Amino acid sequence: MTAATAARSSAEPPPPPASLEVSGLAYAYPDGHQALYGVDLTVERGERVALLGPNGAGKTTLVLHLNGILEPGAGSVAIAGLPVAKRHLAEIRRRVGIVFQDPDDQLFMPTVREDVAFGPAAAGIRGPELAARVGAALDQVGMAEYADRPPHHLSFGQRRRVAVATVLVMEPEILVLDEPSSNLDPASRRELADLLLSLDVTVLMVTHDLPYALELCPRAVVLSEGVIAADGPTPELLSDGELMAAHRLELPFGFDPRSVSPRRTAP
Amino acid sequence: MGAGHAHRLHRPGNSSVHTLPPHCKLAAVLCFVVVVVSTPRTAVWAFALYAALLAGVAAVARTPFSFLLRRMLIEVPFVAFAFLMPFVVPGPEVRFLGVPLSVPGLWDAWNVLAKGSLGVAASVLLAATTELRSLLLGLQRLRLPPLLVQIASFMIRYGDVITDEMRRMSVARRSRGFEARGVRHWGVLAKTAGALFIRSYERGERVHLAMVSRGYVGAMPVIEEATASRAQWAYAGALPLTALAVCLLGWLL
Repeated sequence: MTAATAARSSAEPPPPPASLEVSGLAYAYPDGHQALYGVDLTVERGERVALLGPNGAGKTTLVLHLNGILEPGAGSVAIAGLPVAKRHLAEIRRRVGIVFQDPDDQLFMPTVREDVAFGPAAAGIRGPELAARVGAALDQVGMAEYADRPPHHLSFGQRRRVAVATVLVMEPEILVLDEPSSNLDPASRRELADLLLSLDVTVLMVTHDLPYALELCPRAVVLSEGVIAADGPTPELLSDGELMAAHRLELPFGFDPRSVSPRRTAP
Repeated sequence: MGAGHAHRLHRPGNSSVHTLPPHCKLAAVLCFVVVVVSTPRTAVWAFALYAALLAGVAAVARTPFSFLLRRMLIEVPFVAFAFLMPFVVPGPEVRFLGVPLSVPGLWDAWNVLAKGSLGVAASVLLAATTELRSLLLGLQRLRLPPLLVQIASFMIRYGDVITDEMRRMSVARRSRGFEARGVRHWGVLAKTAGALFIRSYERGERVHLAMVSRGYVGAMPVIEEATASRAQWAYAGALPLTALAVCLLGWLL
């Protein structure tokens, strides 16, 4: 820490580092297919950002870089100031909570309780503290009464909520959701939206569901052909017909983004 | 996408057998089976005593005999083989209702039938009084290689998911007018099996990804520690130890 920053921090607390800082990220799969060509993306703490883009734009590839599953060919990723690198993987994976698209992939333990306990137990937490954290996470998603059920006896919406609990229990810096609204009926979809809005956590939401993005995320970025093609307030992006058409993004029939406002702004 | 209750073997209860720690019960059943198998087949009375012991356990666990007998039907295909032995094993013969039966064959059949049934009965009792989940914990506690326990636990978790997938594929086949009606259709069924394998394999990859994302580094964290007191071990030991006494008597008499 330099003298200048030390002086400033004594006057006022320094702003927290950005939850997510991606710079110049490029990646090619081993078969030579290049998925990302220099992605720059910063998500400040507490922001909710939608990551939009057509199929094959590299969205999943980008997500898998956030917790070090894939190693960048060039560029870097940092979570709350900590670079994603081999030596920090355990901490990075605690900070980045990814909710995958199919809850049957995410929930692999015999009961809901054990599944939610998996992450913290892998981090070495045991006994009453573990039980307390599992209970708190299940309460947050409203699934506490299902703790002893096997995941496959739950409805799809309930499984998705448990999947969110499995990462919330790690107290992540950033919650990454892959197509959170897919396969949900309208009521489950709304319940999940309520849940996500109630959380005080940074969210990056990968989705094709543009109304959902508008409802939950004040800011959106468009990833297209391996680069960030647009970045701005969600209503503006969705109202820009030319931009949308250029990146194969389409609103549902009859939906006008100018006629609705986001339910709430970021905390 | 409803999933039926896959654990039909288990009968919930709170008897003293139900509440024993799973690893005690597992160890007891294993020892019991080893003792039964090492009993001389000519000591017919010993097997009657073993059966009485199991009946005693069933009574304590309040497991109805009709339930036990129904679950024991699983062994039928395996012991069917035993019924062939009197006809195929060479040796001195006796005639029963005019049918020649080999004496050593009869003994072999008795041996397989008696030991097999006792083993199955003990296992059915174990399954009836222990949840699948705690059986896994018990195995873990008995220091079975963790990899085997993990495989078993994933089998339980994903059995229904894969059965579901299989059912959907079958519905899709039939919706397009396909009914498997003979050898000519085996090719299609084989391709379905292949597709199912690939789907399951890919699911395996996705599950692994999800596990790694949540901090998996090769070992499942032990979340519930099952511990057993001396008294519980002694209680569980009653079955195999009594059986051992019977077995020794069988060898001596």
